[in-house]
Amino acid sequence: MTDHVIDARGLTRRFGSFTAVDAITFHVEPGEVFGFLGANGAGKTTAMRMLIGLLVPTSGSATVAGLDIATQAEQVRRRIGYMSQRFSLYEDLTVRENITLYGGIYGVSDRDIVQRTGDILSRIGLEHAGNELVREIPLGWKQQLAFCVALLHRPGVVFLDEPTGGVDPITRRRFWELIYETASTGTSVLVTTHYLDEAEYCNRISIMVNGAMAAMGTPASVRGSLGAATLDEVFLRLTRPAAAV
Amino acid sequence: MSSFLGFVRKEVLHLLRDRQTLAILLLLPLVQVLIFGFAVRTDVRKIPILMVDPTPDITTLALRDRITASDRFELVGVSASGRDLDPQFRAGSIRQALVLPTDVERRLGRGDSLPVQLLTDGSDPNTGGIMQGYTTAVVERWYTDASPSTGRLRIIMASRLRYNPTLESSHLFVPGLVAFVLTIMSAMMTAISITREKETGTMEMLLVSPIRPTAIVAGKVTPYIVLAFVSVVLVLIAARLVFQVPLRGSLALLLAECGLYIITALALGIVISIKAPTQRTAMIFALAGLMMPTMLLSGFIFPLDSLPEWLRAISYAVPARWFLLVVRGIMIKGAGLATLWQETLVLVGMTLVLLAVGSRKLAIRLG
Repeated sequence: MTDHVIDARGLTRRFGSFTAVDAITFHVEPGEVFGFLGANGAGKTTAMRMLIGLLVPTSGSATVAGLDIATQAEQVRRRIGYMSQRFSLYEDLTVRENITLYGGIYGVSDRDIVQRTGDILSRIGLEHAGNELVREIPLGWKQQLAFCVALLHRPGVVFLDEPTGGVDPITRRRFWELIYETASTGTSVLVTTHYLDEAEYCNRISIMVNGAMAAMGTPASVRGSLGAATLDEVFLRLTRPAAAV
Repeated sequence: MSSFLGFVRKEVLHLLRDRQTLAILLLLPLVQVLIFGFAVRTDVRKIPILMVDPTPDITTLALRDRITASDRFELVGVSASGRDLDPQFRAGSIRQALVLPTDVERRLGRGDSLPVQLLTDGSDPNTGGIMQGYTTAVVERWYTDASPSTGRLRIIMASRLRYNPTLESSHLFVPGLVAFVLTIMSAMMTAISITREKETGTMEMLLVSPIRPTAIVAGKVTPYIVLAFVSVVLVLIAARLVFQVPLRGSLALLLAECGLYIITALALGIVISIKAPTQRTAMIFALAGLMMPTMLLSGFIFPLDSLPEWLRAISYAVPARWFLLVVRGIMIKGAGLATLWQETLVLVGMTLVLLAVGSRKLAIRLG
């Protein structure tokens, strides 16, 4: 076993004759923020869904938190957190009820749930709204809440699938501060995004094109290797070679 | 709190916060009992009937008395000729016409045959047939009494309906309604509540979590089992108080069979929810695939014997058909498990197959 939090080797997924993810190999270090970039349909979400056990790989293998995703799927589930691109809390439950529910599902003890609920609410400044229905609070807060809920059971790695869709830049910035705080405690973060400014916040990024990894490294090294000034330019060259200047 | 109990609590909260749906679920069965009880009657009262009696005499007056004495008939009038019946039928002012020949008294005295014509509005075939039956019976009884006993041997048939001597239609529909209510509550609501989570994306969160898919489904259906039971009890109480539907068999057996059918219906709902991607599709599946067969192919409204062969073959696959036999057997005939074990076994078999299909599909998760 490796000490990498995620270790994927030749991970592939086909749907019929279409190859959504084409033999990707990468790893994520403890406490690292790793970004999956790519256009819609490039395979980011499919790759993530294989790692969290929602899809079975067609070929290749991967370990998450040192556990094999094919043979130890059940144990993997206890060690990971996940926040989907669709907002994933229950709108007709209160903030506290949502936290309690997920805490229960992940086997967090009642005492810990109470304590962590207080921590979460003060961390994102929602102390006043603990008993409000989730549908009543603003989207930016909901996303921060969903992120904190995904961390409730203290997973070693958290998967974020386009977590900041549809919110303003200030809220997005606040969200990334939460991501950094989390990574600094040793939890790895795997995040998919199509916002290129967000990619600059990542420790390392991987740009996916047609299911394959077209580039991987720190944002600076990816720019450097292609001689591009910005990630925008990198992205354009990789996804539309013909249109590049 | 265990993760399963926490999950059930969440489902209860969903139900309680959706007041409208909850109110509909609790009131719908009661409203249906009342609507079916008062509106859908196959027994007919106050049939507007016209008598055509060209030569009234003491014997035909006796027939007239018999007709006016019954609350099944409303004698619209007595006319001398059988012309102009058509417009009256068309206008709906009469639904039956009883046409007598001339000289009834004399014909009977001579022992001649008595050609009597009975016209019935058949635009509603169900009530038409029933009206015909009533009137024929009245005429036959009158004939028997009126014709002189000549010493010849006559057959006097005394027919009696067992279990439901007065042909109360409520005896027929209440068992059907129990099946119907349980199907809606259990199958449709389960299917909708599971697909809702697929639609909102929360199902994905649950599938990524360590909670087992079987626990998700069990947690989701638990409140609906309780709700379905409450509804059935409400329906039974209403049927008893408002329509005096008897419960001749064992209440414990009836409730146990209801419990079995609830599980059958839940399993159906689970299978639907696996196939349907959205609440809307689930609803359509449930309506077309469950509600219609439950109404039409179970013997609830239309007798199974009148179905064409191929449709009757399909009806064997409808769980409600078997459940209906059980409920009717227990409530109306007072039957016990000794007579109903076959139907019960069919339901158990169906449930096991559905649960097996459901859990196998669930095991695949979203892959």
